[in-house]
Amino acid sequence: MKIVMAIIKPFKLEEVRDALTSLGVHGLTVTEVKGYGRQKGHTEIYRGAEYAVSFLPKLKIEVAVASDLVGKVIDAITGAAKTGQIGDGKIFVVPIEQAVRIRTGERDNDAL
Amino acid sequence: MTFSRSSQSLLGGLALATLAGSLAYAGDAPTPNKGDTAWMLISTALVLMMSVPGLALFYGGLVRTKNMLSVMAQVFTIVALVGIIWIAFGYSLAFTNGGGLNPYIGGLSKAFLIGITPDSTVATFSNGVVIPELVYMAFQMTFAMITPALIVGAIAERVRFSALIVFVVLWVTLIYFPIAHMVWYWAGPDALAEAAKAVLGAADDAAKATAQANLDAVTADAGLLFQWGALDFAGGTVVHINAGIAGLVGALMIGKRTGFGKELMAPHSLTMTMIGAALLWVGWFGFNAGSNLEANGITALAFVNTMVATAAAALSWLFVEWIAKGKPSLLGLVSGAVAGLVAVTPASGFAGPMGAVVLGLVAGAVCFFFCSTVKNAFGYDDSLDVFGVHCIGGIIGAISTGILVSKGLGGVGLADYVSNPGSIVEGAYTMSGQVWTQTKAVLLTLVWSGVGSAILYKVVDVVIGLRVPVEQEREGLDIASHGERAYNY
Repeated sequence: MKIVMAIIKPFKLEEVRDALTSLGVHGLTVTEVKGYGRQKGHTEIYRGAEYAVSFLPKLKIEVAVASDLVGKVIDAITGAAKTGQIGDGKIFVVPIEQAVRIRTGERDNDAL
Repeated sequence: MTFSRSSQSLLGGLALATLAGSLAYAGDAPTPNKGDTAWMLISTALVLMMSVPGLALFYGGLVRTKNMLSVMAQVFTIVALVGIIWIAFGYSLAFTNGGGLNPYIGGLSKAFLIGITPDSTVATFSNGVVIPELVYMAFQMTFAMITPALIVGAIAERVRFSALIVFVVLWVTLIYFPIAHMVWYWAGPDALAEAAKAVLGAADDAAKATAQANLDAVTADAGLLFQWGALDFAGGTVVHINAGIAGLVGALMIGKRTGFGKELMAPHSLTMTMIGAALLWVGWFGFNAGSNLEANGITALAFVNTMVATAAAALSWLFVEWIAKGKPSLLGLVSGAVAGLVAVTPASGFAGPMGAVVLGLVAGAVCFFFCSTVKNAFGYDDSLDVFGVHCIGGIIGAISTGILVSKGLGGVGLADYVSNPGSIVEGAYTMSGQVWTQTKAVLLTLVWSGVGSAILYKVVDVVIGLRVPVEQEREGLDIASHGERAYNY
C-alpha cells in the first residue's frame, strides 16, 4: 500500500479527480496549501507598496492505493495535472504500514 | 461660507427708505421649511453611514485578518463616544459664543443642550431661512464623530484600545471643537442683515455710531478663521487636514508596526474596502451637499461637485498607477475616489463642476504620489494612509477652493451679506488674497492639530501607554484586545 501525494495547481483538481475515478480509485483527500518551488512567487502592489509574495496557493491531494496501482495513479495524475508550465507541481509516493476502515474494522488492502 | 465687509457710507442716503423694512423685518421670525428640515435629517443619517459602516469597512478591509474587529470596534466606539461628548459639551464649545475666547472656542451656555427645544432654530446661509437647531446639532455631531475615527487608520494594528478612547476624548475637546468653532461659528445672515439695516436706518450720527458698533460686534461674533474670510464648505480644514495631520503625528509617535517593511501586510479584504469606499461616496452627499444646511441650488451644486470630483480622482489615481506601476488596481481606484471626496469637501459649494473635475484629477495624482513615493521615502508607517489621502487631499482642496470659487472659473464667488442687507450680493474677491487666506487657515490647522495632537499622544503614552505589547500585536488585536475573531471558519 502506498500514499500517492501530489501537489497540483488548484484549477486542475477536477481533471485529476476524473482521471483517478476512471482508474477505479474511490477516495481522495484534498488540502489547500501554500508553497514555492521553481515557479517562485509574484509581486503584489498596494497603494504603491510592493510585496513579494513567495508562497503560492496549491492543492495537496492524497490517495491511498494498493502498491500495484501506483504506476497507473502516477500516470493519471501526471496526465491530468500537466500544463507544461513551471509550477505544475510534484508527486511523492510514501509507503503505508497499516490501513483500517473505521466503520467495519477491515484492514489493509480491504480498507482502501 | 463667508462675507465681505463693505462700506456702508454710500448707502446712508437710503436710510429712511429702509427703516420701515428693518422694522417689518425685525418682527418677522422665520420658521423652518419642511423640505429643508427633511433634507438635513437625511443628510445627518448619510454622514453617520459614512462612519459606520462605511469607514469601518473601508479601514477594516485594509488591515490584516487578525486586526479586522479591532479597527471596526475602534471606529464604532469613537462614533458612540463622541455622540455623548457632543451633547454634553461639544456642541456648545463649537457653536456658541465663547466670550473673551470667542475667536478660538465657544462657551458652555448650551452644555447638555440647555435651552434647546424642538422650536429652537439656527441660521443657514440664506436670509430668512432657518432650520431646527436639533437638526443642526445632530448634523454637526456626525462630523465630530467621523473626524477622530479617521485618525484610527494611521495607528491601526498596534494602538491600545483604552489609550485610544482617552486620546479621543482629549482630542475632540482640545483640537476638534476649537477648530470647528474657528472655521464655522458665525452669527448668521439674518443677524448681520439686521445689524446692517440698523446702520442704514440710523437717524443721526450718534445712532449711526452705535449701530455701526453693534454691526462690528455681530460681525466679530465668529470664529477666527471665519473672520479671516477662510472658506471651508464642508470640512477640508476642520475634518480632513485636522485628522490627517493628527494621524501623521500619531504614526510617528506610536512607531511602526512590528515587522513593518519585512512582513507581508497586505489588506485582508479589498472586497470590504470597496464596499466601505462606496458607502463613503454615497454618504458624502450628506456631508457636502448637507453642509449647505438647506435644500436649494447650491445644495445641488455641492451634490454634483461631489459626484464629478470623485469620479475624476478615481480615474486619475487609476491611470497614474497603471502608468507608474503597470497595473490598474481596485485599491487605487477606490483610494482615488476617497482622495477626490476629501479634496472637493471644502470646495463643494463654491467651485463649479468643471473646477471640481480639475480638482479631482489633481488630487488623485498627488495623493497617489504621497502614498506610494513620499511615504516610502520617509519610511513612516501611516498604516492606512490617513496623511497621504486626508491631509494632502484636504490641503489641495482647501487651497484650491480659493481659486475655484472665482466666478471667472465657474465658481459661485464670495457672498456679501452686509452691503444690501437681507439679500446676498457678490463680495469683493481677489484670487491671490483668497488663496493666501486659505493657506493661512491650512497652516493654522496644521499647527494647532499637529502640535496639540503631539502633546496629547505624549500625555496618553505616559499615563496609559499608546501601544500594545509586541506579543499582543503579533497575536492580533482582535483576540488580544477584544477576545473575539472576525472569521470563524
